[in-house]
Amino acid sequence: MAVPVSFVLNGKPVTVTSPRDRMLVWVLRDELGLTGTKVGCEAGLCGACTVLVDFETVLSCSTTLGDVAGKSVLTIEGLTVEGKLDPLQKAFQDHHAFQCGYCTSGMIMAAWAFLKKKPKATREQIVEAMEGNICRCGAHVRILEAVETAGKGMGGVR
Amino acid sequence: MKRRTLLQATAGALTFFFTSRTSAAPVEPTRPGAYAEDFNAYLKISADGRVGCFVGKTELGQGALTVLAMLVAEELELDPAQVDVLLGDTDLCPWDLPTGGSLTMWQTAPVLRGAAAEVRAVLLGMAAKALGAAAADLALKDGAIWVKAAPTRRTTFGALVQGRKMVRHLGKVKPKPLSDCTVLGRHFPRKDALAKTTGAAKYAGDLRLPGTLHACLLRPPAHGLKLASADTAAAERVPGVRIVRDGNLLAVLHPQPDTARKALALVKGTFEGTELDVDDVRIYQYLVDKAAPGQRVVSSRGDVAAGEKRAATVVEAEYRNAYESHATLEPHTSVAKWEDGRMTVWASNQSPFVFRDSVAEALKLDKDKVRIVTPFVGGGFGGKLVAPVAVEAARIARQVPGVPIQVAWNREEDLFLDGYRPAAVVKLRAGLDASRGAITFWDSTVAGVSQGEAEFTYEMQTNRYQAPAVPDLHPLKAGAWRAPNAHTNAFARECQLDALAAKAGMDPVTLRRRLANDPRLLHLLELALEAFGWEPAPGPTGRGIGVACGAWRQALVVAVAQVAVDKTTGKVQVLRFLEAVDVGLVVNPEGARQQVEGAITMCIGQALSEEIRFKGGRILDKNFDTYLLPRFSAIPRMQVVFANSGTTITQGIGEPPVVPVAAALANAVFDATGARVTHVPFTPKRVLAALKRVPAK
Ligand code: FES
Ligand code: FES
Repeated sequence: MAVPVSFVLNGKPVTVTSPRDRMLVWVLRDELGLTGTKVGCEAGLCGACTVLVDFETVLSCSTTLGDVAGKSVLTIEGLTVEGKLDPLQKAFQDHHAFQCGYCTSGMIMAAWAFLKKKPKATREQIVEAMEGNICRCGAHVRILEAVETAGKGMGGVR
Repeated sequence: MKRRTLLQATAGALTFFFTSRTSAAPVEPTRPGAYAEDFNAYLKISADGRVGCFVGKTELGQGALTVLAMLVAEELELDPAQVDVLLGDTDLCPWDLPTGGSLTMWQTAPVLRGAAAEVRAVLLGMAAKALGAAAADLALKDGAIWVKAAPTRRTTFGALVQGRKMVRHLGKVKPKPLSDCTVLGRHFPRKDALAKTTGAAKYAGDLRLPGTLHACLLRPPAHGLKLASADTAAAERVPGVRIVRDGNLLAVLHPQPDTARKALALVKGTFEGTELDVDDVRIYQYLVDKAAPGQRVVSSRGDVAAGEKRAATVVEAEYRNAYESHATLEPHTSVAKWEDGRMTVWASNQSPFVFRDSVAEALKLDKDKVRIVTPFVGGGFGGKLVAPVAVEAARIARQVPGVPIQVAWNREEDLFLDGYRPAAVVKLRAGLDASRGAITFWDSTVAGVSQGEAEFTYEMQTNRYQAPAVPDLHPLKAGAWRAPNAHTNAFARECQLDALAAKAGMDPVTLRRRLANDPRLLHLLELALEAFGWEPAPGPTGRGIGVACGAWRQALVVAVAQVAVDKTTGKVQVLRFLEAVDVGLVVNPEGARQQVEGAITMCIGQALSEEIRFKGGRILDKNFDTYLLPRFSAIPRMQVVFANSGTTITQGIGEPPVVPVAAALANAVFDATGARVTHVPFTPKRVLAALKRVPAK
């Protein structure tokens, strides 16, 4: 049953009227038109749909609208503030850390949440944090470099 | 729509929201199989001087947008950022071949460079007239043209052309000599970087045309079965659902993609037909048996039986590979709209013109009644050369005029409906002479693929290659998977050579050096050894280092891998991977490097974990929990080195680096353990089985 559910999306309050058990990824893409969040498996296996809820990574294909009621959701569209790229986005650009780009939103969101907590992470820790995100094009090496670069920018020089 | 709007719309990245035919339509009728000769088909200069480039390829992630802009920028003395590229629109772009087989650089690039060179000459001619100077006395840069001796006497591309079509033609004009090039070979930012890192890049599933209905199709549970009847009553009770049928096709339509999917689950279908009695274990014998009657010698030299008598060392082996999916992260997706007697399909695709023709054929429409528009494509690898999803979307759209219909396969459908890299068996018998410098015979029989790229630039005086000519050999749908045939055949050949060398007590590189009959290969081998810092020794050395060579057309690759094998679990961990690549002139070094890294990564999955399991017509792998793609923890330290041996023809880079990966890894496993893995993927289970076969010392 469709009911109004309110949450904060990329810093702004929103209310959507949708069944509470509707998956967040469809609410974002279909209802709110934010198509930067991608769908690769719909089963929590690829990470393409990664977004942040209260700054924790969640897979929006496996998270319901009800789950985020009253919480704060951050998507790739919310990382660019007033046209200013986040340093992590910049690092992905500089390292050419993507090919087809389909995994990129999920990669950036997963890495962003991780770096906020652990800017001084080792390569092994980054690998572990990113293990749930699949890149079929094989941009992994560059993604790791981009995350390291952004981490250093955040003062995380090991 | 005016050209000006068009070019504005294309600024920065490819866009695709052109809903009507425009003045920018190809200037000459598209002739299938031939590149347009009028440069106006490829290049347009707008009144403000921006250059638009129109090419019938697509951006799959391989960097076509960037490299094509570089080619144009080079001839017109621009920065690639000043060139707007529009790809993959069959109304706006001249005919082209599919985006695959590493053909963009091989076939389209020379055509585009030629067109740009002609535009440069035409512009210089126009400027000469306007400025009252000889063309030879003019200079150009960043869209301006001036008299060298009097730089204030100047004009611009925009002022000369004024947004009109250029009417002068000079015929063939030679592009700049490489020595004068300032753009090619340099590093430029990717043109798709901003869109792809901000979530702004639109893929077919992101279009959201007003009024779109999402269509989910009823699928048979197994290949070989067809829909007989269906009960749609429960699905139809879901508010907003529409059912569309067209022959065997049954689709549930709904404005919300997830609701359409849920409603589809309420449809009860019955299916009839017969599944083939084969599975992923018995497939190899199945292929061998079925191919046997059609086996024919496709190439041979010398007397194999006599060669065998001269051999001092003989190795006989059978190499296998499983079916493997393309598994692009973006599943196959198309949006189709039937309006005013025309079908427009926004398709995730690698071959706009093939898609156009397939849709036209399926709907019995004239080709010019179909338009394919290509948004960003979330990976291709050969999987999106064929158009089933576009045909499905178009068939449904034909029944609901004016309504955009989106068909987005989910992962299970994508793994079920893909045209796989074919399973294959290569049987090899080969011998080495007593002086360990010559192959005395090489006898190869392949089933499942062709003998493509089986032969290599090795001296093999006596050889015989057999391949089957059996139609419908495969029980599952087979397709082109990045470097088709080549990686299957290279795996067999390079593992076989390795086994011969080891059996004869020599190191794997020395044997290849002795056999190499192309100085380019010798050079690449040296380059690879030096960059890797490897001194080969007869294996197994325990170090876990393996080498393999491969070719794709004129491109050559040498791969060196280092692995660690866990002998209790059978797990192979790749520690280092190097490729030395000779693809001639590297137009976009950073892009090329990326392609090589991507190919190595992808083929680590191919070699170690990716396999489609099936039983009859049922595909058992339905998602990424069992179909295992390489993840971050599988990624080794990587090195890529380019050699330019002077081949001026630029080779594509999408396929060559794929070819030797699995072989290098298998040879590394041997060097680590003494076990020969001959079945791709060499999963932990297969590695353990191979370890058991190693004779105790
Ligand atoms: S789509 Fe959510 S994890 Fe794959
Ligand atoms: S860039 Fe294509 S899936 Fe990662």
